[in-house]
This record gives sequence, structure tokens and C-alpha cells, in this order.
Amino acid sequence: MGINSPLTQNLMPNKTFFWFFLPTGLAMILFIGLPIISTGIQSFYAQHDQVVKEVKKCDPFGCTVSIVVDNEETTKLREAKPLGKFNGFGTYVDRNHLAVDEIKKFWNETESFGAFVDQVTNLPFYKALIFTLTYCLFVTPNVLLLGFIIALSLNAVARKIRGPLIFGTILPMIVTPLVGSLVLFWMIDSQGIIGANIQNLMNDPYLSLKSSKTLTWITIIIYGIWHHSPFAFVVFYAALQTVPQEPVEAAIIDGASRFQRIKHIVLPHIYPVVTFVALISLMDNFRVFEPIIGFSAEGSAQSLSWLIYDNLVNEEVILFGSAAATSMMTIVGIAILLAPVLIRTWKEFKTAR
Amino acid sequence: MDYGLDRKSTSLKTFNTIFIIVWLLIACFPFIWTFWGSFKVRADFFSRSDWWYAISAFNTLIETGGKFTTDAYTQAWTEGEFWKASKNTIIVTVFVVSISLFLGTLGAYALSRSTERYAFWILIAALIFRAMPHITLVSGYLFPFFQLQIWGILPTTIVVLVAINQPFTLWLLYSFFKTVPKELDESALIDGCSYFQAFRHIIMPVMWPGVITAGLFSLMLAYNDFTVTALLLNQENHTMVPKIQSYLGTNQHEGNLMWAVSAVVSATAPLFMLVMFFQRQVISGLTAGAVKG
Repeated sequence: MGINSPLTQNLMPNKTFFWFFLPTGLAMILFIGLPIISTGIQSFYAQHDQVVKEVKKCDPFGCTVSIVVDNEETTKLREAKPLGKFNGFGTYVDRNHLAVDEIKKFWNETESFGAFVDQVTNLPFYKALIFTLTYCLFVTPNVLLLGFIIALSLNAVARKIRGPLIFGTILPMIVTPLVGSLVLFWMIDSQGIIGANIQNLMNDPYLSLKSSKTLTWITIIIYGIWHHSPFAFVVFYAALQTVPQEPVEAAIIDGASRFQRIKHIVLPHIYPVVTFVALISLMDNFRVFEPIIGFSAEGSAQSLSWLIYDNLVNEEVILFGSAAATSMMTIVGIAILLAPVLIRTWKEFKTAR
Repeated sequence: MDYGLDRKSTSLKTFNTIFIIVWLLIACFPFIWTFWGSFKVRADFFSRSDWWYAISAFNTLIETGGKFTTDAYTQAWTEGEFWKASKNTIIVTVFVVSISLFLGTLGAYALSRSTERYAFWILIAALIFRAMPHITLVSGYLFPFFQLQIWGILPTTIVVLVAINQPFTLWLLYSFFKTVPKELDESALIDGCSYFQAFRHIIMPVMWPGVITAGLFSLMLAYNDFTVTALLLNQENHTMVPKIQSYLGTNQHEGNLMWAVSAVVSATAPLFMLVMFFQRQVISGLTAGAVKG
């Protein structure tokens, strides 16, 4: 092989790349790419209405015509067109989603802006959107903060005992959200150890998680911080190990306080990691849904993902169209969250070339 | 690197110790409490009259004659058919881990060795796929799976979990493969190996730490999954996590809370032991993508 062999120019030829990448690429296209398209198509269809027929009933007092559901015809129609009837953007604008008509009505009817907002935030989709955003807004920064503080403080402990301490710290992260929220719920519930003691302390035997919307929201947010902080901790802790010692020592000699050292040396060094953790935790928080089941909080807290789940486990008929429309709007939400990162990556990529 | 420059005052040290103890209590106590409570009867662990019963075991003594009882475990595992759920979990986990690692190592190796522009875009696409909430994907699966009549069975769920897991596995293994010097496989290629031979005999042997980390994360995803398994499996094939949810009961039928408590402990214990054993790998995996920025 000569010095200018094609091998050193571009290590892997396209054909080899193709065969190596084919299995995983196929898996992702078939089970992530196609489902998104399938969701998109489903969102334009709605389940069939029931076929009705008129039945004439006569008795000695005269005849009455009543309308009953024709089960046979309904089943036939459902079998012939399983996707449902074409609905266009109908599902997107109906009461359970963007509720365009309702919002117009509220705008015209309500007197003050506050009343209007009140009405709108009672619509299922907006209610869920607001909970999801509130959850993201409160959990993400607190996760970053708590994770960073835990990392700093564990980093100051003697190396020998760090192992078990790290193990204890990451426990909330490795259990599945459903189990994590159940474990907390069993303590916080009015019959649990913390719930009962708070009742005693406040001298209010009716105080319980389920009785108040605000309490439920706060509990779920606390759960979120509890569950996600260990992740932030682990990443920050690893990043702290790479902070160069010379500038820190120089700063100590120059008389910089601990706080100044963290602010001017440690934080700038781990800044890229902070954005990474913020992004991951924002993405994960946006899909919050298992804690709502764990805390049985459906009554007062609903998230976008929970709305989709609720449509899909509907008892009578699965609301594919409704679930798909909410899914598409959730994907749009994710796209908006990801956009700044993607734009930045694109710019870096262009300047790198 | 402590050169004795960074001296902490005693008050700071005390404060730090207190903070760590408080945090560890918050992080671990719920699990310890659930473990403790799983050996009590319902009237004690979810006491209407006095929470102290959970410690003094007032009703457990009356109902079973001892301070601790394993009734919840025996009932959940036999009557509650938790054995079936754990069998299903083991099947799903084993297959998901082995298939994802097989697909993931091949794909990530190719990505790490290609200098073409599309490799970059594939990684970005994987990042976008990683961000998709699983429930939105499930709403895409359900209808086609009903039509194809492949809903409810374990193989479908395994394939779906493998696919959902690929973006993360690819990113993780990609960053590990990047640390393996290119000269290693380059010299093997010059010696006449094919790409696959170089991958199989030269690269994989030095990749074990990365493979173990990626395997652990696939395992945790498959083991912990609720969204996919709850909606894509029928009652008979439910894995542990949806099974726990079914014990909770709904408005229509009363659940059996103590079954859920003991099932939670049974499902969590193996996971904790695994993480204790592989703690180093879990942490290196979480930071692999991050520390390089």
C-alpha cells in the first residue's frame, strides 16, 4: 500500500458502511420512522359513528318511531374500513385538542382576560400542556442545581467511602418511574408514614394529597426532582474529576473564596456538560406520564403523554385518531425544544467544514 | 490531587456531612421503608388509625401471629402469577440485550470509522429519535399491529424495544469506539483482514467495557419499561412493571396493594444488586457522551 492509499483518506468505503449499518438502520426506520408516519396518517382519521336505523314500534295506543344502533351494520363498516372515516384536521381542532371553536366562543363571551384564561386552561389539551410545561419548568433547573450540589459535596468526601455513597445516591434513578412514584406515594398518602404525620402536625385529618390540586402538582414535581437529580449528579461528578488543578491552586494562592473558585473556574469548565444534562432532562421531563399513574393523580394532573395513554386504553373503542393527533402535537413540541440544539449543531458543522 | 492547599474549615466539613446524610436519607429511605413494610399486613403498612402500626406490627401480630409475614410475597408470586410476569421479563430482557448489542456494535463501529458527511446526519437523526416520547411511537404501532395480528405477543415487544433502544446504544457505543485508535484496525486491514474480521478479532476484544455498559443500559430499559409493555402485551404476556400496575386496582375492581408492595420489592432487588455490582460501568456509560461535550 502506498502512502496515498484510499484507506487513510476515508477509512470505511460506502459499501462496507452500508452492510454494517443496515441492521440497526432497518430497525430504526421500521420501528421509529414508520410509526411516526403511521401516527401522522391515523391523526387524519376518526372512529366511525355508530350506524343507526329507525325502528317502528306499534302498540294499542299507536305507533312510535325510535332510533336504535344497528350493531350488525356498525361492525361491518368497522371491518371494511378499520382506519375509520377521513376527518382531515377535524381531530386537531375538536374540543379535546386545540378546541378552536371553544376558544373563539370563550373570547367572545368572557368579560375579563382572566376569566378567558380560566376557561381555556380547563380544556383537556391546554390543561395537559400547562401541566407538562410547569413540570419541565420546575423540575429541570432544580435537577441541575441539586445534582451539582450533590456532586460538589460528594467530591469533597474521602475517596474510600465514595463508592457506597454514590450507590445510595443513584438509587432513585435506576428504578422505573412507576415504581419510584409508587414507593413515594405509599409514604406520602394519607395512610402512609409521612402523610399521617403531616396530618397530625397540621391537626387536619382531611388533609391529603388527593384533596388538593396544588399539593398533587407539588408532589409530582418533587418526585421528578428526586428521580432525575442522580443523573445530573453522575454527569457533573464525572466532569468535576476532569477540572484542571493548576488554575484552582493559583486561585487559592491569589485568595479566591470557595464560591469564587466555583463560579470562575469550575462552572466554565463543565459548562458544555450542563447544557447536555439540561437538554436530556428537558426531553425526559416533557414525556412525563408514569408518575401520574403511580400517584393516581389523573384527577388533578394530566400530561400530554397521559392524554395519549388514556385514549389508547379507552374501554369501549380505542381512540386511535385522537391519540395520534395528540402525539403529532407532542412531536411538534419536542421539535421546538430540540430546535436550538439542532441549529447550533448545524452551524458548528458548517463552520467545521 | 490534594496538595493541602484546599483546606476546608470545620464548619464547612460538618455542613457537608449533614447535607450528604440528609440527601442519602431522602434517596434511600423510601426503598428501605417499602422493604420493611412488605413484611407487614395491609392494615399495618397502610394504617387508617395509626402510622406507628407499621413499626409495631399491631395487626400483623393479630392476623399472622408473628411480627413479620411473607404472605404478601407467597400470594403475589403464586395467586397473583408474578412468577409468570418475571419469566416474561427475563425472556424480554435477555433477547433485547443480546439483539441490541449485536445491531448496536455493528452500526456504531461503522459510524465511528466513516468520515463521510452522512455519518454525522445519522447521529443527529438518532438524537431526534431518542427524543421521541415512547407513547407517541406506541400510538403509531397499535393500529398496524392489530391489523397484522402481531399484537400482544412477546417477539413484537422485543423487536420494538430493541428499535427504541438503538439510538441511545448507538450514541453510547459510538463514543466508546471513538476512543479505540484507528491505527489498530488500519493495520489489520493492511495485513489482509476484511472489515468484518478486523471488527470481530481486533476491535471487539478491546471493546468489552463499552459493550458491558451498553448492555447494562439496554437491560435497564427493557427491564424497566412500562409504556411499551403495558400497551403492546396482552394480560397473559405482561412483564413485571405492567403487572405491578394491575395489582393497584382501578375504579372498577379493588386491587391488592400488598401484592403490589411485595412485587415492587421483588422487581427492584435484582436491579439494585446488578447496579451495585456494575456501578463503575453505569457511571462511565452515563458520562461517556457527556464529558467530551
